[in-house]
Amino acid sequence: MLRQLEGSHAIARSVALCRPRVVCAYPISPQTHILEGLEELIRSGKLQNCEYLNVESEMGALSVAIGAEAAGVRSYTATSSQGLLYMIEAVYNASGLELPIVMTLGNRALGSPINIWNDHSDAMSVRDSGWVMFFAETNQEAADLHILAFMVAEKMRCPVIVNVDGFILTHAYDRVDIPSQEAVDEFLPPYAPNISLDVDSPMAVGTMVPPEYFMEVRCLAHRKHEDSLALIERAGSTFEEKFGRNSGGLLRGYSLQNADTIVVAMGSVAGTIKDVVDELNHEGGKFGELTIVCYRPFPREALRNSLKNSKRIIVVEKSLAVGVGGILSQEIELAMKGCNVEIISVIAGLGGRNITKSTLKEHFSKKNHEKMTFLDLRNDIIADQYRPICSAAVKAEKTCPIQP
Amino acid sequence: MSHPTIGNRLVKNVTVQSMRDRPNCLTSGHRACQGCGEALGARCVLDAAYAATGGKIAVVNATGCLEVFSCVYPENSWQVPWLHSLFGNAPAVATGVAAAFKQQGKSDVRIIAQGGDGALSDIGMGCLSGMFERNDDVLCVCYDNQAYMNTGVQRSGATPAFARTATTLPTGNYLGNDAQTGKNLPKIAMAHEIPYVATASIGNIHDLEEKVTKAIHIRGAKYLHVHVPCPLGWGYSPSDTIKIARAAVQCGLFPLFEMERGKIMKSTPIKDPVKVDDYLKSQRRFAHLFGKSASPEALAALQDIADNNIRDYALAENANG
Amino acid sequence: MFQVRIHGRGGQGVVTAAEMLSLAAFFEGKYAQAFPSFGSERTGAPVVAFCRISDREIRLREPIMEPNAVIIQDCTVIDSANAFHGLVEKGFILVNSNHDINHGLKNVSLKCISATEIALEHIGKPIPNAVLLGSFAGLTGILKIESVIEAIKTKFSGAIGEKNIAAARVAYDRTLEVG
Repeated sequence: MLRQLEGSHAIARSVALCRPRVVCAYPISPQTHILEGLEELIRSGKLQNCEYLNVESEMGALSVAIGAEAAGVRSYTATSSQGLLYMIEAVYNASGLELPIVMTLGNRALGSPINIWNDHSDAMSVRDSGWVMFFAETNQEAADLHILAFMVAEKMRCPVIVNVDGFILTHAYDRVDIPSQEAVDEFLPPYAPNISLDVDSPMAVGTMVPPEYFMEVRCLAHRKHEDSLALIERAGSTFEEKFGRNSGGLLRGYSLQNADTIVVAMGSVAGTIKDVVDELNHEGGKFGELTIVCYRPFPREALRNSLKNSKRIIVVEKSLAVGVGGILSQEIELAMKGCNVEIISVIAGLGGRNITKSTLKEHFSKKNHEKMTFLDLRNDIIADQYRPICSAAVKAEKTCPIQP
Repeated sequence: MSHPTIGNRLVKNVTVQSMRDRPNCLTSGHRACQGCGEALGARCVLDAAYAATGGKIAVVNATGCLEVFSCVYPENSWQVPWLHSLFGNAPAVATGVAAAFKQQGKSDVRIIAQGGDGALSDIGMGCLSGMFERNDDVLCVCYDNQAYMNTGVQRSGATPAFARTATTLPTGNYLGNDAQTGKNLPKIAMAHEIPYVATASIGNIHDLEEKVTKAIHIRGAKYLHVHVPCPLGWGYSPSDTIKIARAAVQCGLFPLFEMERGKIMKSTPIKDPVKVDDYLKSQRRFAHLFGKSASPEALAALQDIADNNIRDYALAENANG
Repeated sequence: MFQVRIHGRGGQGVVTAAEMLSLAAFFEGKYAQAFPSFGSERTGAPVVAFCRISDREIRLREPIMEPNAVIIQDCTVIDSANAFHGLVEKGFILVNSNHDINHGLKNVSLKCISATEIALEHIGKPIPNAVLLGSFAGLTGILKIESVIEAIKTKFSGAIGEKNIAAARVAYDRTLEVG
């Protein structure tokens, strides 16, 4: 049913349609409206047979979900930013235990300095944790990806994070089609747990694994992720057949045919980029856009196939590995190894800095690009505050004495 | 209940541990040290809970000695459904299990969260407090050996005053762990006014089993604090574990009591008093308080703790009437 | 695409106004996107909310920098918020005020309406958002008053909804009367 809803409430309704039995969370902006929405659905009886728990910390939230999943019921939680860091030990634990928890991450910057606004730093902090990671471009996708997430998680026996841009999506009112309970029930079968704490068939879950077996555990986890690329793609097509929308899969291309320059992005900024691509093409440009829907497992082959005929790839990324550079752009660089294509990193929107159509357009239109750019950087502040640690002369000698 | 083992024939009130077919929830073959108080404590607690529920228990274990020595893949000593997640989250994981069981209509299966003093009084205290505050249907059992034994005997929040650990080595004027320390987790539990809080000792199995049997049937949050000596960390012969455990109770340093909804309901009087000095002398972790560099002040401070316990918990033989 | 920016203070229902605007547009079969200026809003602090209305899917996610209409729920934020910044030519300014304001702009349609007074009279609370939306329908003709009423009804049920609707109607009629 078509509705005009806040993103967070669309997500809450969508999660409720997946019939979780345990929902637990600890409040942090901008994730709060999601759990408030779910709490209301549960207390009002619209979502039945579900325990809702207010816990004492994010560590508690994910730990409750771990206990519930290990005992054999579908569980859900949500967090953002510092909250994700606070629960990070449990994040690795959940994937190691192969518990198909679904978690929404209302993407937000990481401090210090403290900043409550949107970027993808939090998501990037768990990119190697063994969770599947989806990124939503719109609130329709945010809602749909949660249904897909439960399906993929349970088929893979692996937890899934659905990344939703904090505020930009979580707090925006948009048109969202919320599917019927019947349709979701047909798509998502009841949870058939792989493990459960059963008194009739006792099992020890989470034992120590010594060096003789640990490598194999990790290798199998990696194989599972690689294999599941096909599963995720197929789940996306099945979803499209059932619901008439392409909300899942690995990648989504826009105007890729004959594109010389392809802009790659994740999350809500892809929408703004599409508007820019249209304008540039209208003015005679050859631009395309590629959205990464599934970031983990990393769809290396699919990316390569989509990008190999372009001449230039501009990666617009909302995170920065300090001392390294753009994270996504470097992963794409590895994926494109051997292809004669220029790859440019545009670090944009950190800590909620607005990403505007006009600056993107200006940047995409440039003939020559720096390898990496901070979009809309306030150069006056940088010029004023930047103090080189080593002088140019010292740098040239390749040794840098520690300054007093 | 089946037949008591030989030697207990004349004892009317037999313990689960003395049964020939006791459940052995933590069965033999594990890798605990000789004389491990925690292994004994865990077996006693779980066997009693198993017996009281007809085998309907599930266990969530914090990281620590108990987890490490009991199950290194592909071996496993647990005979009950058992889950280990992390060091600091066992009470929260148990809350999740409880929520799931409620949803599955398995309220007859009782849930135990267990861990050491480090897991529960230090790193996991937030999760523990949350579980208490929500009054989740979990029995949390702390096996208190008063330091981080798994990592090599470092000080924990529950380490008693003047004890020597790897991170509180007495040197010069420094007498080991500072005075006025040793976090009192039972009192913290009591402050949450949960339905049931108790202390127990592996030196008194009858008392321990009674408390487990009582606690396991109560709905809501329960806390049991079990004193479990550690031969390696405390410095005594592995054959003396029970003797040391009893001495701690009988000298007044580890009082046995029960609390309900924030009030002390019952305590176990001291029957065979032991001098605090004698209890301390039996362990190398307190050896620096005696001999050449003896500290009468430290000994007096520890004696004070015992005296206060005897007064506050009415532990004198005639106190309970 | 028609873009609206709403200025006011925390507690005046600024974000709800944007939401109701998007609901009204949705009821007319249009696409709409409403969102607040993001931050730790506190009661009384200046707040901005935005609403885009279009016949096509809205992909753009930047804040509204060139609004077609600006709604001022509280005159005291006009200067500090630079409230008329970027307003397009032939744009609309709707102000909650019982006297004219000086906006210094050419070629804009200005409407001042004492929304707080109308709200106090009909709702009994100084919440001017629904009143201003009624006036907005009259001033811009972008949305039908029936859609605005439907949006108010969706957001506020029962007696409080009815009172808000009555207030919005009064504002709508008054806006049309003056022309």
